[in-house]
Amino acid sequence: MTKYSLLSLVRNAGRGHRDWREAWRSPEPKPSYDALIIGGGGHGLATAYYLASEHGLTNIAVLEKGWIGGGNTGRNTTIIRSNYLEDASSRLYDHAVDLWEGLSRELNFNVMFSQRGVMNLAHNEHDVRELRRRVHANQLNGVDAEWLWRDEVQAFCPVLNCDPAARYPILGATLQRRAGVARHDAVAWGYARGADRRGVDVVENCEVTGFIIRNGEVRGVETTRGEIRAPKIGVVTAGHSSVMATMAGLRLPIESHPLQALVSEPIKPILDTVVMSNAVHVYVSQSDKGELVIGAGADLYNSYAQRGSFPVIEETVRALVELFPFTSRLSMLRSWGGIVDICPDASPIISKTPVRGLYFNCGWGTGGFKATPGSGWVFAHTMARDEPHSLNAPFTIERFHSGALVAEHGAAAVAH
Amino acid sequence: MLLITCPWCGVREEHEFACGGEAHIVRPLDSHTLDDAEWADYVFMRRNPKGVQYERWVHNDGCRRWFNMARHTVSHEILAIYKVGEPKPEFEG
Amino acid sequence: MSGRLKSGGAIDRDEVLRFHFDDREYFGHPGDTLASALLANGVRLMGRSFKYHRPRGLLAAGAEEPNALVRLRSGRAAEPNLRATMVELYDGLVAESQNRWPTLRFDVGEVNSLFAPLFPAGFYYKTFMWPASAWKHYEWAIRRFAGLGRAPEPGDPDVYEHRHAHCDVLVIGGGPAGLAAARRATRAGARVILVDEGAAFGGSLRGNGQAIDDAPGLDWVADVVADIEAAADAVALPRTTAIGYHDHNYVTLLERVGDHLPRPESGQPRRRLWKVRARRVVLATGAIERPMVLADNDRPGVMLASAVQSYLNRQAVKVGERVAITTNNDSAYDVAVQLKAAGVAVPALIDLREEVAPALAERLAAQGIELLLARAVVQVHGKYGVKGVDVMRLAPDGERVSGEVRRLDCDALAMSGGWNPTVHLFSQSGGRLAFDETLGAFLPGTGGQPAAVVGAAAGRFDLAACLADGDAAGLAALEAAGITRKGRMPQGPAAEASTAGTPPRNLWQVPTGPGKAATAKRFVDLQNDVTASDLALAAREGYRSIEHVKRYTTTGMGTDQGKTSNVNALGIVAGTLGQEISAVGTTTFRPPYTPATFGAIAGRHTGLNLDPIRRTPMQAWHEAHGAVFEPVGQWLRPRYYPRAGEDMAAAVNREVKATRTSLGLLDATTLGKIDIQGQDAAEFLNRIYTNGWKRLGVGRCRYGLMLHEDGMVFDDGVTARLGENHFHMTTTSGNAGAVLSWLESWLQTEWPELRVYCNSVTEQSAVAGVSGPNARLLMESLGGDLDFSPEAFPFMTWQDGTLAGLPARVFRVSFTGELSYEINVAASLGTALWETLMRAGAAWDITPFGTEAMHVLRAEVGFIIVGQETDGTVTPIDLGLEAMVSGAKDFIGKRSLARADTARGNRRQLVGLLPEDPYLVVPEGAQIVERAGMAPPVPMIGHVTSSYFSPNLGQAFAMALVEGGGARHGETVQVCWDGRSAPAKLCPPKFLDPDGSRARA
Repeated sequence: MTKYSLLSLVRNAGRGHRDWREAWRSPEPKPSYDALIIGGGGHGLATAYYLASEHGLTNIAVLEKGWIGGGNTGRNTTIIRSNYLEDASSRLYDHAVDLWEGLSRELNFNVMFSQRGVMNLAHNEHDVRELRRRVHANQLNGVDAEWLWRDEVQAFCPVLNCDPAARYPILGATLQRRAGVARHDAVAWGYARGADRRGVDVVENCEVTGFIIRNGEVRGVETTRGEIRAPKIGVVTAGHSSVMATMAGLRLPIESHPLQALVSEPIKPILDTVVMSNAVHVYVSQSDKGELVIGAGADLYNSYAQRGSFPVIEETVRALVELFPFTSRLSMLRSWGGIVDICPDASPIISKTPVRGLYFNCGWGTGGFKATPGSGWVFAHTMARDEPHSLNAPFTIERFHSGALVAEHGAAAVAH
Repeated sequence: MLLITCPWCGVREEHEFACGGEAHIVRPLDSHTLDDAEWADYVFMRRNPKGVQYERWVHNDGCRRWFNMARHTVSHEILAIYKVGEPKPEFEG
Repeated sequence: MSGRLKSGGAIDRDEVLRFHFDDREYFGHPGDTLASALLANGVRLMGRSFKYHRPRGLLAAGAEEPNALVRLRSGRAAEPNLRATMVELYDGLVAESQNRWPTLRFDVGEVNSLFAPLFPAGFYYKTFMWPASAWKHYEWAIRRFAGLGRAPEPGDPDVYEHRHAHCDVLVIGGGPAGLAAARRATRAGARVILVDEGAAFGGSLRGNGQAIDDAPGLDWVADVVADIEAAADAVALPRTTAIGYHDHNYVTLLERVGDHLPRPESGQPRRRLWKVRARRVVLATGAIERPMVLADNDRPGVMLASAVQSYLNRQAVKVGERVAITTNNDSAYDVAVQLKAAGVAVPALIDLREEVAPALAERLAAQGIELLLARAVVQVHGKYGVKGVDVMRLAPDGERVSGEVRRLDCDALAMSGGWNPTVHLFSQSGGRLAFDETLGAFLPGTGGQPAAVVGAAAGRFDLAACLADGDAAGLAALEAAGITRKGRMPQGPAAEASTAGTPPRNLWQVPTGPGKAATAKRFVDLQNDVTASDLALAAREGYRSIEHVKRYTTTGMGTDQGKTSNVNALGIVAGTLGQEISAVGTTTFRPPYTPATFGAIAGRHTGLNLDPIRRTPMQAWHEAHGAVFEPVGQWLRPRYYPRAGEDMAAAVNREVKATRTSLGLLDATTLGKIDIQGQDAAEFLNRIYTNGWKRLGVGRCRYGLMLHEDGMVFDDGVTARLGENHFHMTTTSGNAGAVLSWLESWLQTEWPELRVYCNSVTEQSAVAGVSGPNARLLMESLGGDLDFSPEAFPFMTWQDGTLAGLPARVFRVSFTGELSYEINVAASLGTALWETLMRAGAAWDITPFGTEAMHVLRAEVGFIIVGQETDGTVTPIDLGLEAMVSGAKDFIGKRSLARADTARGNRRQLVGLLPEDPYLVVPEGAQIVERAGMAPPVPMIGHVTSSYFSPNLGQAFAMALVEGGGARHGETVQVCWDGRSAPAKLCPPKFLDPDGSRARA
């Protein structure tokens, strides 16, 4: 496999770029593997990559029903941050940020992790109290976090509407400077290429239609391309987690909702950070291509259609124009939806299940992209050792029995 | 955006309504006899089907009445709307 | 050289419009677009491409234009990235080109072209990784090269509005098929909305001069439009684009109301967003011509044949003096004939096909136009404008070109690579597309919503077929909408059917010629500079799904969303992989069809109209008396009332002190109020609240806590028993709606057997809270029929009566811990009550106080605020309110309190906190740790929920949730924030009057 570098680019330029090899193979699935990952999104591919690179499991396959990265990996607004309130969350997400920082070089694939900072805006006294609580917790957890008052917010992001007479004036904001955005597709491709290089079969167009379970133990799966056997199976199917759980006879505390996003037409650089607001609900960043990338809210009903309703777009655009008045004469170029798997406590499940050898990684809701490397890393550990890493030990299914939830929506008052 | 026929008010736009999630979940009367897992099944676990979902809706900005709906979660087609207490219609999928 | 013809076209030559493009002045006429006017002035260079900054001119004449993007107007009215083809000319128009520096002709960015070999598709994924810290510098540079136009300045001078509409039939597209459908439906009396994105109706008829009912096609168009305009329930909207097709036939339209004018007419919005719910939709969206992928096909002067025809017939603009034509289908032959008829030289028509119908060949021969069959253009010459093309023989397999290179002199090339039906809206509606091998295009397949696709959008290009199609769809729509036809049905429109043609030869890329042509760029996506070799590279590198190819190469991701490039890209990828096009995947179409202005989507909901403001009846008084407000839900509540020279701390201290020592007055109108009636009302409250309600006497009030089923506190408030079967519930201000929904959901879905009825009465009454040791004196001074003695009117009771002549209901409850009365009067009497209280209270120096003082007062006596002391993770036991949790009955959330983790003894519990520095008000949200000076990660044992300075205690105090805090009173902990820490002592969360005697006085 050719190493990617400026040098190899120059060499290939001389040969008309005819010698580049495929980034990952398209193998036929084998009848059995040591482990299977169901779901070729970022989390699934990262799990496979770390199973191979950290745990030496290379006779494994990732089964993807469509094309890799085609679900929420390729549909999200790419925000990466770790300023979560609860200790368990901030550790997990901060571990992910650590991995993000070295990811391009680890994978030899530029995922364009851009640490341009993420601001969460406060528009009332309640927001101020809860966001500052988060900042203080982050600081004590060793997660970088700052509190900015209105003038500092304005200085950090001059195009933001900081008029004190606004309907919901900005009072302040949290700032995590290490946070930022990345190129979402590249994450899937980079992990696929890295896993493939270590021997992992990345099998696209292979839909799982059932589990083979005997005596409470998983033995394999039925797929549209035949039966595939494996003693360990990790399910990482985001919005389709309940469908997979039902196939395995399990119940999950998850509901699937459409989450929409949109982009503007590309413009020259104007927004150099990421701005998130809960009260005036919108998330905004500017892609390297120049588009404003705008996150909307989730629709309130369950859906497996990758489209949401127009009122959600309207509400988001109102918030956009309110916070960034210059956008009034810009245009929306494209909108789309993904299916997000929402847990009651807005935290994921990264867990063993009552079926031996079957593991679920789901419930990331609206905020899974940021966790991709960390999620794959701890899930690989969980699958390889058949026990959770300390980082994901709190994120079991059983927490819903005991009540030991990792509550991230109530207190943080910030949708992910 | 869905077009919903409220059983009391008639045809109205989706944004007048709110969805209350899965329908036909009965609150256990003998909750003190349930173990934590059984109780959690009632409080948290959901079918979340890809296909026909039976769910509760309320006409928030109208008559404020709750009713049930059978809706396909992929096509968003509304297969039936029926009042609370009326029998659940059966659909394939 | 392009220019204006002496006659013809739908322009008004008598009126001259002046305009500027890049600081040069030009002239045009009404009927021109910016694109046609520039062409008429001989301007062909209109933009620079995204990546290589190649000089670009017009490709198209409509919404599909990828190249000619301009910034229109200036300053706060500027709008970037507009397609010059869609900008109608007006007098005084100012436009400038984009993505170039310093000028369009001399653009430094063109240096990128030199390094093009280093910039294949996805090059950025392979480099810029070293050193790790350098990405931000690379990114800085990349971002500046990328982007298109500059953002406008903030402060949009225009307004936008929304309009909701319902109709029987929504016809999208005002070409022949759409008009035929609209005509049929309108004549039957249906409610019809007809929209077209163009400035006028007619679609293809505007550009090709075909006849209908033996008369000029445009006469028929005028008749149909006049019919619709005359009908009572029909409307025809030009300049209106259907941008989104959502669930259940909900379609969004964007009407450009004032864009074609120097400024919108007075009182008119610039754009209007229509939200249409249609019983039936007719999609008559036409088709978009495909370019051919050939060497240097991006040079200014290389255009779609349909665009050449459109400029010729609509605006009498010739795109060149000598226009060569290359095609793979029959449609371009008309263009050749019409050009010739207009006096434009056509050196040859170069057809990829081996043979065509003799009639076509004869038409060309009759005009003296040379026909070159089985030939292809392998190279376009000229950088800033076409100077000629090279033509070679095309092998039957389409893989190679051979023979002699023949150079044709020309200054423009019209090309037609086939037609793509505009299936975007059908796809958005949930319909599946099917690839048609003959047309080489996607056609509407199955699924979707109650809609019909007609005419060219359905792959039918013959005029007679389009008319018949539209007419039938109009009829079908009537049936579906249940409209009975009246009288004799008129005949449908008729046109001469065209003779059977020769199918197109679908060649997704023209093979490269010899020499320099072999390495020349063959563009697929012109805006994003994606070439055929980029697509081949992506396929070679394993990006096989069309979605991967799009994302890897950015093809189809520009502002035109691939309207002219998607199918070509798909064909090239399929060819490279040796697969069927249908196996590579279909493109998915997402709203909007064309870019939609954010301002229009926001409509009037901007600025202070972002969200409605709820005001109490006393709001004007508060404003007049200098209150500082804070948003609480949608309410604006007075936070404090500063006097001259006072800051917030001084004002709050004064208000707190006055209330504690004499008399304060609070506007408590915003508290949620729910009227609960019915024979089972007490039983219902018993299930909803944690404590018991059945034995509460009529006339009495009780404090209640509500939990969610997970056992966590959700709301609290005082509820009064007005009668045996009648209660008055109060909720927190922000939660009133949620609580009402909560009550209704239980009543209606779980306990329908309970006879209970709930109603929101929040806005029925105004509430003034009188608080302080002199409250009783004030109440007694007002005059009326109520006895305020402690015996007659004890704490936690209510009474109806007359107060200062106002009918009032008075609750003797207290949130401040002082002797308090909450006076409810009809909302219309709120100001009268307030002013009466201020007047009468002057004797005791009555002091209006805001939410901030209220918070201090309640915290001094240890009352919680839901949402401040609680955050969705706090149980009543955590709050020290065990006494309120009934063991005798079930209630919502009870079982959850017994779960393993929820019943744990060392959960975070509510405590009081006294900083050792008595003047240090620690920030709310500060964290609590065991000792100072630990390095991260520091174990946190709690956090501060409320923190104030108490002028009554003479010191700062706080409340906090601390692990096992209930058993740790007297211990010292560290409060941490922003790198600071301060010691504080845990204590019971009651700082003043612990036995509550003041409120009961």
